[in-house]
Amino acid sequence: MVRMLLSRLAQAMLVMLAVTALSFTMFRFVGDPVQLMSREDASVTEREALRDSLGLNDPILVQYGRFLGRIASGDLGISFRNQRDVAELIAERAPATLELVLVATILSLLVGIPAGVLCALRPNGVLSRLVQSGSLVGISVPTFVTGTLLILVFSVTLRWLPSFGRGQTVDLGWWTTGFLTPSGRAALVLPSLTLALYSMTLIMRLIRSEMIDILSTDYVRFARARGLPSWYIHFRLALKNAMMPVITVTGLQVGSLIAFAIVTETIFQWPGLGLLFMQAVIFVDIPVMTAYLLLVAGVFVVINTLVDLTYALVDPRLRTRGV
Amino acid sequence: MASTMKRLTRVMPPYVMVAAAVGLLIILAAIFAPWIAPQDPTSTMSFNLMDSELPPMWVEGGDPRYLLGTDNQGRDLLSAILYGTRISVMIGAGAVLLAATVGVSLGLVAGYFGGWAETVAMRVADVFLSLPAILLALLVAGIARALIPDADSVFWAPIILIAAIGINEWVQYARTTRASTMVEASRDYVRAVRIMGLPRWRILFRHILPNIVGPILVISTINLAAAVLTEATLSFLGVGMPPDYPSLGTLIRIGNEFAFSGIWWITLFPAVTLVALVLAVNITGDWLRDRFNPKLEGKS
Repeated sequence: MVRMLLSRLAQAMLVMLAVTALSFTMFRFVGDPVQLMSREDASVTEREALRDSLGLNDPILVQYGRFLGRIASGDLGISFRNQRDVAELIAERAPATLELVLVATILSLLVGIPAGVLCALRPNGVLSRLVQSGSLVGISVPTFVTGTLLILVFSVTLRWLPSFGRGQTVDLGWWTTGFLTPSGRAALVLPSLTLALYSMTLIMRLIRSEMIDILSTDYVRFARARGLPSWYIHFRLALKNAMMPVITVTGLQVGSLIAFAIVTETIFQWPGLGLLFMQAVIFVDIPVMTAYLLLVAGVFVVINTLVDLTYALVDPRLRTRGV
Repeated sequence: MASTMKRLTRVMPPYVMVAAAVGLLIILAAIFAPWIAPQDPTSTMSFNLMDSELPPMWVEGGDPRYLLGTDNQGRDLLSAILYGTRISVMIGAGAVLLAATVGVSLGLVAGYFGGWAETVAMRVADVFLSLPAILLALLVAGIARALIPDADSVFWAPIILIAAIGINEWVQYARTTRASTMVEASRDYVRAVRIMGLPRWRILFRHILPNIVGPILVISTINLAAAVLTEATLSFLGVGMPPDYPSLGTLIRIGNEFAFSGIWWITLFPAVTLVALVLAVNITGDWLRDRFNPKLEGKS
């Protein structure tokens, strides 16, 4: 167990180191900082002085070390586009994205698990066939198409729900929430549904295949022979064991959802991190791009590591296998 | 080849046959777009702003010259879709080719030689796997925009897109190739050619590669669908093909701006084409994968 823990942590560190190296390279070599910071008519000696004072003449490893130190102290630089502190920008946008991802995750579990159970228990029923073919379409239709269709139906034609923005939000000091106002809740519906659709189908297919596997095992057959009630077999034995991989996938999906929110937020003009990043890509705002990369990579690595470790805790067979 | 095709079609369930036919039809129509399209949507000479935003032929106000209507610039939508599909498929194929070349070479070397080359290649693959695909693709697009002044041009945009998509897909090739190379490397025929003293690159590319090419081709069909989808997403987000040389994603994005004023056809028809293409290739690819390589199953 300890060995597994250590090797997972080492791997996580390696990934983060690679990502910071990538960010540093972007920061340092994409566009010349001196060019960006000095006046157009600055002389060569002035530029050299600036280069020196910024420490750009130091050995590359020293510069990289300094970069790591700055990140560790929470200094992510200044946005080229609107001259604001990047850490501040991110803190301001994060609640919108996190609320969206939270609602999408809950939604995908609430729909995905019952749908998967249904398809496993009644594989030939009309309803489960419908759900199954729907899930294939759900995987093949890109997010931006479903989002657009939802807007066309529910915002343009029926006029039930807003098509952009977060609605009215309540400022809690360090967090702005849309949960507390009717317009904020209404604004969440379409974006979170769009975002949830893919992981919903994923969870549904996973539960279905796991349950079908488990229902054909010997211990389930034995339980049936003992005459245990079918609700007990289906839900206490099969569903409980089928939930194992769902823990992993849901965990991993949270990371993907944050990244995939880039597309959803662009469609719905949702003022979160994804929209911030997308604008940074279009306007070549390197500090914002690197900060977002570091943030998402960090979240991803932490979640991956936690999921692996939880898995090892829940399933003792994995403890000895190592990585 | 012909006999293989005959054998394949005999065992294909009807829905796969339909999907394969639809996919093939769309791809062929895309390849031959310049010959079958009524108009060249990339040349401003061939369309007229006066004809802009005409609805499809069968809707009131439609013009019989434009089967699916026209877009905001007066381009024939059917032609734009045919050319757009061509661009999407070419970029997708380019990305798959790039990813396969890089991934298969690395996988072969890692699987056959082992040692530090294997460790480095596989650790790098781990790093790529631990980042979401869309983020990596957007980063490549973003960096390219910073380095290349005319990144939106007709010349650079496809190259950037191919790089941005390929950077995600090589990992799967590297892992699959490495695993099968390791199996093959311990077989007798490899030992035999090694004793014969053949050079190592010859063993790798002439003896091992032909034996592991099956699963590589199968993942390529599924990767093609994924690549077309990523291309469309990037173009939709505004970092892909420019509007005067649109891919399917660009067309959907352009149409999106008009959809709210009731002009639904500009966005709907390209979207339907995209979904049909991706769905068809996915169904065919899934079936091929299950049929030829049960080991690869489950990574959906």
